Amino acid sequence: MLLLVWQIAATVAHSRFLPTVTSVLAAMVQQTMSGALPWNLAITLGRVAVAFALSMIAGCALGIAMGRSRQLDLWLDNIVTVLLNLPALVLIVLFYVWFGLNETAAIAAVALNKLPNTAVTMREGTRSLDPALKEMARSFRMSRWRTLRHVIVPQLTPYAFAAARSGLALIWKIVLVVELLGRSNGVGFQIQIYFQLFDVTMILAYTLAFILVAQTIEWVALQPLENWATRWQR
Amino acid sequence: MAEVMLRLHIESKVFHTAQGELPVLGNIEFTLGVREIVALVGPSGCGKTTLLRIVGGLDTDFHGTINWDGTRVPRIGTVFQEPRLLPWRTVRQNLLLAQPTANHELAEELLRSLDLALFRDAFPRTLSLGMARRVAIARAFAIQPELLLLDEPFVSLDTTTAARSRDLLLNTWRERPTAVLLITHDCTEAMSLADRIIVLSDRPAHIVEEVVVPHVLRTVVP
Repeated sequence: MLLLVWQIAATVAHSRFLPTVTSVLAAMVQQTMSGALPWNLAITLGRVAVAFALSMIAGCALGIAMGRSRQLDLWLDNIVTVLLNLPALVLIVLFYVWFGLNETAAIAAVALNKLPNTAVTMREGTRSLDPALKEMARSFRMSRWRTLRHVIVPQLTPYAFAAARSGLALIWKIVLVVELLGRSNGVGFQIQIYFQLFDVTMILAYTLAFILVAQTIEWVALQPLENWATRWQR
Repeated sequence: MAEVMLRLHIESKVFHTAQGELPVLGNIEFTLGVREIVALVGPSGCGKTTLLRIVGGLDTDFHGTINWDGTRVPRIGTVFQEPRLLPWRTVRQNLLLAQPTANHELAEELLRSLDLALFRDAFPRTLSLGMARRVAIARAFAIQPELLLLDEPFVSLDTTTAARSRDLLLNTWRERPTAVLLITHDCTEAMSLADRIIVLSDRPAHIVEEVVVPHVLRTVVP
């Protein structure tokens, strides 16, 4: 539907700043054949994956620790709030200045942008753990591992999924900015080049490919996984 | 009198609240025999649940002594006032997870004996309160307890369901007898299940009366 409206509007407007769907698709195919699109997409996806994994692991650990310890929460609460409200761009620029225009700085900047969000979500999850179930586990003398796996983790899972979903959305966006500012490959860099050439067809071709990949990940991985993990609620 | 498994002597138990100290339990002393069912009856809020938590080892902040026959703490199966099932595990998994090592055979037998066999693979959310309570009872039996702690296991069930649940509990108990400490404020329940009834006073609770129940009163299901 959206594509149809776009096609009609573009045909009517007949402007080089609003290319038709068909020309964008043609550009996509051409870029795919030349290898440029898959290559840059793969690089971007790699960065997304690493930054996502880092921010989820560190964010969950931090959030759970803050949820369990009031002391730690008091200490870190301010820092987390500041990070939460800091524009992504500031962190990116600072990291590039401090650590150089390299891969580590790029990924660290993205991960750190996402981390406070995950930490806050997981902190809420940890605080809402049901003490009654914990006591039940204790009265049945469940081992630590069994309690963690069957009593604690299932309660945190919905929070982890919420963090993952919003996190992925955020990271997609920030990774492109990072690439645009200081990397010489990836989808963000390509968009930067075609922006300078005013080639909207190419920009849209890359964007569309990117959207397709992001949606596919949501459909084939995130949603089925979440449905499976929360099947007991239905 | 049967062999004694528990000698309990609580001197006092105090809750520390924002308003100061709140004495919950006064001097309470009683014994529990192996395979004996003792009901603790008393007004709500008198500290019955606290007493059960102390016996179950969930609350250690009290003055007094708990003496188990021998030195070993027995295996204790607890049925809380709310079922406290793991909502993300099926009925059967809830039983198996409570056991130190999964005993599928025993779990299946208990589910049959408490009339839950049809619901073995259901998630707790789909069960009625009465059924969820029975799952909690099955779970407590699933660890082959030497002592069963029941905290108002049939409260807020309608009379028929409560009566039927009592019968199922009693039948299960006959197959696997164990000492039972039962909290209730329902005298019918106490009379139809217990060998002995201990009546507690209002807070701070102490024993007002001990009644031995003639066995003929126990409801017997053919």
